[in-house]
Amino acid sequence: MTTETLPKGRAALRERPRLLKRDGAWPWLFVLPLLIGIAVFYLWPIIQTAYFSLTTWGVFGGSTFTGVANYVRLFADPQLYSALGNTLLYTGIVVLGVPLAVWLASLLNTPGLRFASFYRVLFFLPYVAMPTAIAMVWRIIFNGDFGILNYVLKGFGITGPYWISTPGFALVAVAIVGLWSSLGFSMIILGAGLKSIPAELYEAAELDGATPWRQFRSVTVPLLTPSIFFVLIITIIGSFQLFDLQYAILGSPTTNPVIPQSLSLVYFFYQQGFVSNDKGYAAAIAMVIFVIIGIVTLVQFRLQKRWVSND
Amino acid sequence: MISRLTRGGSAKRRLALGVAAAVGVALLASGCSSSSGGSGGSDSGYKAPAKSLKANITYGVWDQTQVKAIDANLKGFNEEYPNIKVNVNVTPFDSYFTKLQTQASSNTLPDLFWLNGPNFQLYAANGKVEPITSEVKAGAIKLSNYSSALDDLYSLNGTQYGVPKDFDTIGVWVNKALFTEAGVALPKAGWTWDDFQTAAKTISEKLGSKGIYGGAGGMDGQTTYYDTIFQAGGKVINGDGTKSGYDTAATQSGIDFWTKLIASKASPTIQQLTDTPADQWFTSGKLAMYWGGSWARTEVGSSPIAKDVQVYPLPTGKKQATVIHGVSNVVAAGSKNKAAAQALQVYLASKKAQLQQGNMGAVIPAFTGTQTAFAKSEPGVNLQIFLDAVKYAEPYPVSKNTAAWNALEGAQLPEAFSGKKSVSSVTDGLATQMNALLAKEK
Repeated sequence: MTTETLPKGRAALRERPRLLKRDGAWPWLFVLPLLIGIAVFYLWPIIQTAYFSLTTWGVFGGSTFTGVANYVRLFADPQLYSALGNTLLYTGIVVLGVPLAVWLASLLNTPGLRFASFYRVLFFLPYVAMPTAIAMVWRIIFNGDFGILNYVLKGFGITGPYWISTPGFALVAVAIVGLWSSLGFSMIILGAGLKSIPAELYEAAELDGATPWRQFRSVTVPLLTPSIFFVLIITIIGSFQLFDLQYAILGSPTTNPVIPQSLSLVYFFYQQGFVSNDKGYAAAIAMVIFVIIGIVTLVQFRLQKRWVSND
Repeated sequence: MISRLTRGGSAKRRLALGVAAAVGVALLASGCSSSSGGSGGSDSGYKAPAKSLKANITYGVWDQTQVKAIDANLKGFNEEYPNIKVNVNVTPFDSYFTKLQTQASSNTLPDLFWLNGPNFQLYAANGKVEPITSEVKAGAIKLSNYSSALDDLYSLNGTQYGVPKDFDTIGVWVNKALFTEAGVALPKAGWTWDDFQTAAKTISEKLGSKGIYGGAGGMDGQTTYYDTIFQAGGKVINGDGTKSGYDTAATQSGIDFWTKLIASKASPTIQQLTDTPADQWFTSGKLAMYWGGSWARTEVGSSPIAKDVQVYPLPTGKKQATVIHGVSNVVAAGSKNKAAAQALQVYLASKKAQLQQGNMGAVIPAFTGTQTAFAKSEPGVNLQIFLDAVKYAEPYPVSKNTAAWNALEGAQLPEAFSGKKSVSSVTDGLATQMNALLAKEK
C-alpha cells in the first residue's frame, strides 16, 4: 500500500558497534538485503498504518490527526462484528482441512504407493494456481442453473442452492474452495514431517499387533505434531486474510447482493479504503485485523505446550 | 466488466453549463479568426505550441483493444508535432483507478489520461486535472461538436475539464428467432413499458419449459434501472450532486418496473442473474430481449445467435430516455509538459482523429458526424438507434464519490427487485443513507 522509502537503514547502523564485539559485522551484512526489504516493505508501512489509523485521510493524501475517532466509530460499526463472524466461520471451515491433510499426507506416504508423485502434483496444483483462475473455474462449478455441482446433486435428488448468490451458502462456497486450495500446501509440509518419522517405530508397532489405524493414531499423529502445529498457524493466519478468493468468486457489491452479509475482515477493509476512499478508517480496520491475528497466534503458541511434542 | 468501463456521468449544472457553452459558441461564431478575442481570460489563453516543440509525454489508458486506433491517431499527431514522443501506458481497468489514485497522490499522473464519469468529479474537485477553458476560448475545442449531455459529464461548477472521446447509449437487443418461436410480434417504433412487459411475459410463458426468458433485469444500473428511472421522469441524484433522488415517486416507479418484470416471471431472478449475467443469457440463446449498451455489439456479433439479432430503442415510460456515458481525455494539472499534453488533447478531440477512431471500429467516436462507420459495422442490425438515442439521452449519474453510493445501490436494490421488501421502503432507506454519504462529500 505504501511505497515510501526508509531513511537509509539507520537502525541497522546503530546496532553495528555492539554486534562487532560478538560475531563481527559479517552475518549482518549478509542478512542486510533482506532486513532492508522487511523494514521498507513491512515494518515501515505497519508503523505508518498505525499512525494513519489515527487520522482522517484525504482521497489524494494529506491527513488530519483525529485521535481515536476512527476506532470509536469502528467499534460501534455492526459491519465489523459481522465481518469478524464471517471470517471466523470461514477460518473454522478451512481449518477442517488440516486433519484431512494429515490423513491424505499419510496415505500418500504409504510405502510402495504407485504414482505417488503424480498424486502429490495433483494435490499441490491448486496451491500454485492463480486464485483468480481458480475462482473463475469454481464460479462455473457453483453456477445455480448450469453448474456441474448442482447437476451432480440433482442426480441424488437434491436441488442445489444458488451457491454464490444465497447468503450463508456464499461464504460456505468460498470456504470450500479455500479448503481445497490450501490442502496441497499443508500436505507438502506434513509430508516432509512424515519422512522424519523413523520406519522402525512402525515396524515395532506392527510387531506389537497395531492396526494401520492404531499406527496412524499412536505413531504418526503424535510425532507429526510440530508440523501440524505449523500448518495450523499458517492456515489460520491465511484464512484471516481472506480477500482475493472471495472477491474473485463472489464479486463486488455492485454485482452480487450477498456481499454486504458475507464480508470478510479484509474485504471490509478494502471496501472502506479503496471503494469509499476512507483510508484513515480502513487503516483502523487493518490495525484491528493485525491485533486479532496477533492474539490468535499468541494463544496458539501458548497452547502448543499441551499437545505438541518436540522431542 | 465492460459496462463498468463505460460508466460515467455527472448530472450537474446543466443550465449553467449550457449557458457557458452557448456563450462560448457565440463567441466563436462571432470572432472566428481573432482567437484572442472575447472577454475576460487574459491569463493563459491556449495557443497551439510551436511545431518544433520537443517533449516526452505519457498517455494513460485502460483498453488494450483501442491501442491500435490510438497508435494510428498518434501517427497523425506526430506529423504535426514530430518531436513530441508519446508513450501509451495501458493499465487494465480493474486496477486503473487504484493506480491512478496513487499516481495522483504522489503527483506522478500521466500527462494525458482517460477519465470516466464516476471518477471525474473526484479528480476535478481536488485540482488534479487541468480545465480546458483556454482551449475552448481559443476555439481549439468546440463543445458544440459533442453531445451536450456528455459535455455536462465533464464539467464541474461551470468549468469544463474535458470533452468526450467516445460515447455509448443503451438499446434493447432482440433475438428474433425466439420471438418467432413464441409467436410474438417484434417491437414497433414507439413501443411502451407495457408492450415490453407483455412481450417478455408471453415469451417466458410460451418458452419457459426450455429455460428461455423474455426479458432480464440485473444489478447493473447503467443498462437497467437508471434507464427506467429516467424514463419515469425520476432522478438518481439531483443536479448538483447533493441529494439522492431515490425517495421520489417517479424514481420508485422506475425501480418498480424491474420488480414487476421479475414478479411476473418474465425475467430470471436476481440470484439467477448474479450467477449468470443477462448478456450471457442472451448470447447463449436463452433470453429474447436484453437491455444492453452499444458496446455489446462485439460480444453479440461474435456469438452463436448473431444472425438472429436486431436492436431497438428502449421502450418509452413517461418519456423516452437512455443513459449516456463516454470517456474523456484529460490533462494532469501537475504535468511538466502541459503544452505538449494539451496539444495532444486538442488533436484527439479533432474530427480527423475521432473519424479515424470510428473507422477503426474501436468505439463510437463522440464528434458529431463521425459515427457513420459504427452504424454500418453490423450489416442488417440497426445500430443507428444508438446514435439517435443521443437526442434524448441523460448523463450517467455521478457525484464526487460515486463508488460509495453505488455500493449501497448494489446491496439494497436487489431486495426491492426480488419483492422481499416493498420498493418504497428500500428506496427510502437507500435515499437516507445516500444523502448521508453525499453530505460527507462536501
